[in-house]
Amino acid sequence: MQTVFKKRRLVLVSVMMLAFMNVLQAQTDEDAIMMSKNNLCSGIMYGHSSWKNYWEGTFKRDNLNLGTVSSNMYSIMENYGVNRKLNIIANLPYIETKASAGTMHGMKGIQDLSAWVKWMPVEKNLKKGTISLYLLGGASLPVSNYVADFLPLSIGLHSKTLSGKVMVDYQLGNFFTTASATYTYRSNVTIDRTSYYTTALVLSNEVQMPDMMSENFRIGYRSSHLIAEAVVSNMTTLSGFDIRKNDMPFLSNQMNATTAGVNFKYTLQKISELAITGGANYTVAGRNSGQATNFNIGVFYVVDFSPKKKNKK
Amino acid sequence: MKKIITFISFSIITAAIILIACNKNVSGRTANLPPLNPSNIDLNAGTWKTVLLKRPDTFAVATPLPVTNPAYIGELNEIKGYQKNLTSDQADKIKYWAAGGVLRWNEIMRELVAKYNLPPYQNPDGTYPIPSSANPFAYPLFPFANPPYAARAYAYISAAQYDALVACWYYKNKFNRPAPYVVDTSVHAAVTKTTLPSYPSEAAVLAGVTTEMMILFFPDEIANIQQKAIEQEQAAVMSGAASRSDIIAGDALGRQIADAFIARGRADGAGAAVGNQTIWTALETNTIARGETPWYSLETPKRPPMLPVFGKVTPFLFDTATTSALRPGPPPATTGDQMKTELNEVYGYVKNPTRDNTRIVHFWADGVGTYTPPGHWDAIAAEDFITKNYSEVRWARNMALLNMSLMDAAIVCWSTKYFYFNARPTQLNPAIKTITGIPNFPAYISGHSTFSGAAATILGYLIPERANAYTAMAQEASTSRLVGGIHYKSDCNVGLTVGASVGNYAIQKAKADGAN
Repeated sequence: MQTVFKKRRLVLVSVMMLAFMNVLQAQTDEDAIMMSKNNLCSGIMYGHSSWKNYWEGTFKRDNLNLGTVSSNMYSIMENYGVNRKLNIIANLPYIETKASAGTMHGMKGIQDLSAWVKWMPVEKNLKKGTISLYLLGGASLPVSNYVADFLPLSIGLHSKTLSGKVMVDYQLGNFFTTASATYTYRSNVTIDRTSYYTTALVLSNEVQMPDMMSENFRIGYRSSHLIAEAVVSNMTTLSGFDIRKNDMPFLSNQMNATTAGVNFKYTLQKISELAITGGANYTVAGRNSGQATNFNIGVFYVVDFSPKKKNKK
Repeated sequence: MKKIITFISFSIITAAIILIACNKNVSGRTANLPPLNPSNIDLNAGTWKTVLLKRPDTFAVATPLPVTNPAYIGELNEIKGYQKNLTSDQADKIKYWAAGGVLRWNEIMRELVAKYNLPPYQNPDGTYPIPSSANPFAYPLFPFANPPYAARAYAYISAAQYDALVACWYYKNKFNRPAPYVVDTSVHAAVTKTTLPSYPSEAAVLAGVTTEMMILFFPDEIANIQQKAIEQEQAAVMSGAASRSDIIAGDALGRQIADAFIARGRADGAGAAVGNQTIWTALETNTIARGETPWYSLETPKRPPMLPVFGKVTPFLFDTATTSALRPGPPPATTGDQMKTELNEVYGYVKNPTRDNTRIVHFWADGVGTYTPPGHWDAIAAEDFITKNYSEVRWARNMALLNMSLMDAAIVCWSTKYFYFNARPTQLNPAIKTITGIPNFPAYISGHSTFSGAAATILGYLIPERANAYTAMAQEASTSRLVGGIHYKSDCNVGLTVGASVGNYAIQKAKADGAN
């Protein structure tokens, strides 16, 4: 009864560092798990990301004037089940960054509020296993006037985004595999400078932001109390330019990264409303991005807002 | 429920499509200017005092053929031929250049400075390669267009443009050949019609003089620069403003005048500004001998100081003795109470920087990969000049006054920095983390403050109604270095004062050049 797990109040969180941004993004939007109707899953997460080497265009190097660039993220997440086929997810992170060497000041602040509508229009039992299709629409919005134009120490890019995602999940017994692809539209960003150089001098404080594509593939074990998975993610900026030799990174660089990692989620046997999540990943390839190692840990608690508590196990 | 779901999905998809369809192209502030429309054609500008040329007719220009000559009629037909089959790309180029040649070349120059303003990456042994004008195409690319280099490039190119246009106006007035659109009313004018004589063409004078000057400063860009010059000259012909012979005469005149400036540039001492190990070591030992803490590079690996001998470059507005005379007294002693107070003040600002201070710091940072503080002041000036409806020659004169001020400000500032060779705040207190990069040269006096003091002073003279605004901008630029953790207050305050003194020399020059 694979669908049992989907009815359960589960949320799995993974974290990915978006290239140079040092942005740790919680991604319940990338798992094939739905909250039950009227259930609200709330969580807090801590994520850490660090890199010493980075790709300046395609040239991999370190920078003794940065040392190791690291960031800490503290995030609150909410996932609400409108019904078993329609969930709403929201996330708000606070991020702080620093460089271990050099003279540059780190930055900190509340970053972007992101929200997803997650819809499972198809769920079909096959002869063997269950296949389900998900369609997701997401948006994010900066909620503070943080500085975007200070890479690699900015806490984010201050772009408003809209995303569309298609995801397919196949489960056989306790084993599953999920694949998804996301297109992200990114709005232009206004910076504090009145001109900047990309591949030409632009006499404006507005930066044209290229859109992005990402793909995510995961495979693992899923039961009512434990989920463990291996994840490969790829993120591609659809245009943009390379950092020139010994230049600083810029918002509209072509930031690409491929990461590989693992995640787990453990739901307590005695208190089934409470779950602990964790994950780690490493950047195996990149362009205009840091070769980051990321890890995260989170605690989630589910509250059932159903009028009558009949679904209780 | 299904309906709601469908509706929500539909809405999201629609919103996404609408946004994706939105044009994200960013248009520069000067991308769509109308043609230059001078309120005064400055017909007497041939009498204005030049910077380097002894006389406006130092270089001879041949008497043009009369407009009734068949050869000239043939030139008019060339224009009409172009105008008959104008492509949209050609129309765009005409529009671009019609906004003003001095403006466009200044923008191109700022772009090249930004492109080349990158410090070289270190060698494997921790030393740094030095860009070489003898081998500009190999890494590190020549030049490293840092602020003093940029200030000098802007000044030479602007001053040469000014002298060239004064000579151009001299001959325009002398020969008084009307523009093609005046001679033949069937020639369409894609520029503002004026009574300014067209021989030699001011567009071609600018193209000629600027090409030669820019190649000197940015040798890698030779193909790009030559292409721009051809575009400008072609645009002048296609717009109906100049005939082929107007162009040929103007181009040749411009290039001859450039040669005079290039000769000056080769002998002004800038070639030796990088210094050498002996000079770098002496700066340190001399400072220690005075009982002060010497500056050292805060980069890893330590980078040699930027252009330590730039203070000896021959200025435009005064002589080298005046460079020394303008140098201010010493900064507060490293070990004294005042320095302690000023250091604490810097730390107070950067400990928990406010968002607004960070905005100011970044607005004025003009660091690596930008057109530098002199370029920022050129941008500020250019956007104000656009509103003033200057003639090309007045544009050139005012840009030259500004950029000579900025170069001479760099000379006095660098002379001061390497005379005292004092430490940055972060060197004395490593807890001071900065809101932008720390430039690789001594603190006293602040380059941003000196540049800004000079620029605000001359610009305030040129556009009196904006004088208070320029002063406020200069003050903000100066303060940005204090609150960004880059400079002590003394560096900033003294820098502004020294800059203003340099700017006053430009005012004296402006008062005497005959353009008022």
